[in-house]
Amino acid sequence: MKELKLMKGNEAVAEAAIRAGADAYFGYPITPQSEVLEYLMAERPYERTGMVVLQAESEVAAINMVYGGAACGKKVITSSSSPGISLKMEGISYIAGAELPCVILNVVRGGPGLGTIQPSQSDYFQATKGGGHGDYRLIVLAPASVQEMADHVKLGFDLAFKYRNPVMILSDGVIGQMMEKVELFEQMPRLSDEEVAANYPWATTGKPAGVPHRIITSLELDSSKQEKHNHHLQEKYRKIQENETMYEAIQTEDAEYLIVAFGSSARISQKAIDMARAKGIKVGMIRPITLFPYPSEIINKLADQVKGILTVEMNAGQMIEDVKLAVNGKVKVEHFGRFGGMIPNPEEVVKALEQKIIGG
Amino acid sequence: MAETFDRPEIRTPENLVYSKTNVLTDNIMHYCPGCGHGTTHRLLAEVIEEMGIQSETIGIAPVGCSVLAYNYFDVDMQEAAHGRAPAVATAVKRLFPNKFVFTYQGDGDLAAIGTAETIHACNRGENMTIIFVNNGIYGMTGGQMAPTTLPGMPTSTSPYGREVATMGNPLKITELIAQLPGTYYVTRQSVHTPANVRKAKKAIRQAMENQKLNRGLSFVEVVSNCNSGWKLSPVKANKWMEDNMFPFYPLGDIKVNGELVK
Amino acid sequence: MTEEIIIAGFGGQGVLSMGKILAYSGIMQDQEVSWMPSYGPEMRGGTANVTVILSDERISSPVLNAFDTAIILNQQSMDKFEKTIKPGGTLLYDPNGITHHPTRKDIKIYRIQAAEASAAMGNTKTFNMIVLGAFLKIKPIVLMENVEKGLKKSLPVRHHKLIPMNMEAITKGAEIVEEVA
Repeated sequence: MKELKLMKGNEAVAEAAIRAGADAYFGYPITPQSEVLEYLMAERPYERTGMVVLQAESEVAAINMVYGGAACGKKVITSSSSPGISLKMEGISYIAGAELPCVILNVVRGGPGLGTIQPSQSDYFQATKGGGHGDYRLIVLAPASVQEMADHVKLGFDLAFKYRNPVMILSDGVIGQMMEKVELFEQMPRLSDEEVAANYPWATTGKPAGVPHRIITSLELDSSKQEKHNHHLQEKYRKIQENETMYEAIQTEDAEYLIVAFGSSARISQKAIDMARAKGIKVGMIRPITLFPYPSEIINKLADQVKGILTVEMNAGQMIEDVKLAVNGKVKVEHFGRFGGMIPNPEEVVKALEQKIIGG
Repeated sequence: MAETFDRPEIRTPENLVYSKTNVLTDNIMHYCPGCGHGTTHRLLAEVIEEMGIQSETIGIAPVGCSVLAYNYFDVDMQEAAHGRAPAVATAVKRLFPNKFVFTYQGDGDLAAIGTAETIHACNRGENMTIIFVNNGIYGMTGGQMAPTTLPGMPTSTSPYGREVATMGNPLKITELIAQLPGTYYVTRQSVHTPANVRKAKKAIRQAMENQKLNRGLSFVEVVSNCNSGWKLSPVKANKWMEDNMFPFYPLGDIKVNGELVK
Repeated sequence: MTEEIIIAGFGGQGVLSMGKILAYSGIMQDQEVSWMPSYGPEMRGGTANVTVILSDERISSPVLNAFDTAIILNQQSMDKFEKTIKPGGTLLYDPNGITHHPTRKDIKIYRIQAAEASAAMGNTKTFNMIVLGAFLKIKPIVLMENVEKGLKKSLPVRHHKLIPMNMEAITKGAEIVEEVA
């Protein structure tokens, strides 16, 4: 029998981390994601699977613990919310530069600064365009349900190790705090130290006799070598774009208008689409599941079919830039957003569609 | 000089009086002549060899003069962000509790930008070894003032000498962390004379052996010169260190077997 | 069937846990559910509210502006949520502490004297279950056997001994709910 649970998104991430066979979680409390650490501490995963859970002295320490654990070839995850993710950005850049696999959850809250603890999607640029210093990309997943919060942990680890690249789960206070039905996947075994050493010869597991020592670093003082490394990273990102783009197309077959929205905005827009269709407006939606790589191709294709595109975001207009790049001027693209911790309601979305796209 | 290397016939086992440990690579070190880093590297590498733990040791060196330590230690190495080595090492040790883990950090790294990571790793009693090279200056970036720079000491960012009233006091971080219940062994050494080198090696050996006891964190400070940063010749730098650094940073054990030395 | 509900009151009244039991009851009869709380400082004594949706279909927005039912347990929530009830929808409230009673004419209004009844039962913690009983009498969207299963799922095992008392409170609520308009 499948195991159904009613869980908060944050709790689902924590339970999924244990079940995905994660070796460690390192984190620091911040609203609205503290349930991840609270759940893990209450659950005693060390006794269930041997997973290490540690409350660090800061987000900075936590992300560097992730660096150290990931450099050992271990499955490591951390979580935080916007101001804490800003603090982690230095470490994330190092992780990207040293090509280490890990999963980072951002349960976004409104900013800038300390901002609000209420939900937001205003860290889209930070997540998809770099965030830290240097030319790098995160693989960015955008769960729109508690089920996806759990599933994206497993998917995140798979992608992180496939490409030796950090994966960010870009969630928000709605998805993190709400409870929904979750079907949890079966417990996966943690790898033994021997399996880690055998699977990941790049990892610092202790230098075997007769083998060159392993070095995990993001430093290269020779610029020509650093450029070569950057070319290698760009090639990797291109492969990720080719192979890992994911989206959900909703009622696009007959659509005359298109909404593009991710995460909780997509859930709200789904309701708006039902309301608009009841009024006879033929509107569909593309919900990007990966924000990097971005589903530009399908949006470009649909730009030939629809009369206008509305992006719905809980920010002042960030993802709209990627939609405009994808559309390349073929059709009008407008943005509707609430921000600073305010959540749009479906009625507002319908109104924006009517005023900015259909009437405009 | 070149003649010596051109006469392989004298390089025979019976003539061998000294050899480099195989836990150091053959890479030529970038450290300034007279600097204490090279000696400290050698001591740690010799201890690793003597303990037979080369394949079980993971080292972490963050930003500072020793950022390229991974080129010299022939063990698995991680380069860490500035100040964060104790956090990085915490994860390594938690995930590999039976391996030997060390960090190798300078004073700017450990006692300024990484103060929080240092204090908390020590306070948690992480079962690992911190080697802390204190030369009172930021050597790598060209001789700027460090948290350990002495009062009145000129640096490139305190060109008229460290003025305590505006720039603060030098930080005796080693005495500070010795107070923490998580530290098991805290000592301050130097490597500027053969006698001090022998003592420092003994201390490093003790610090690595302690990991087997699983009693907490071992911390070895090495007070070193930075002759290029101090703008002195190596010999004068050592003399200056004895006259100025040691009175402020006295050598000797501060905490042994978890007990403060009185 | 889709039922969109807002439950709103003070922190400490059991608003969130009532929503959770309702959501779990929905899962027990194979429905889709969502439970979206207001979170933050409100959790520590201020106002608390939760949006609960039970549906036979995939739930779209967990965040709503209009509700089929509002369960209102203090004046601030009355001021905020009376106007959000869909025409023809339902308002259930406890008059205890309410100074401005609802005035809408296009909705059905019910009262539950839950604070009073829970005090009479000798355990004010049964308050939220009395309210839940009242709601399920008006809108029997989940079977009583599934509520009991939902209680079992949402309460930690050490509290399972409290289930009979909770079921009694639910029955009580169903008995004493009164239609106002």
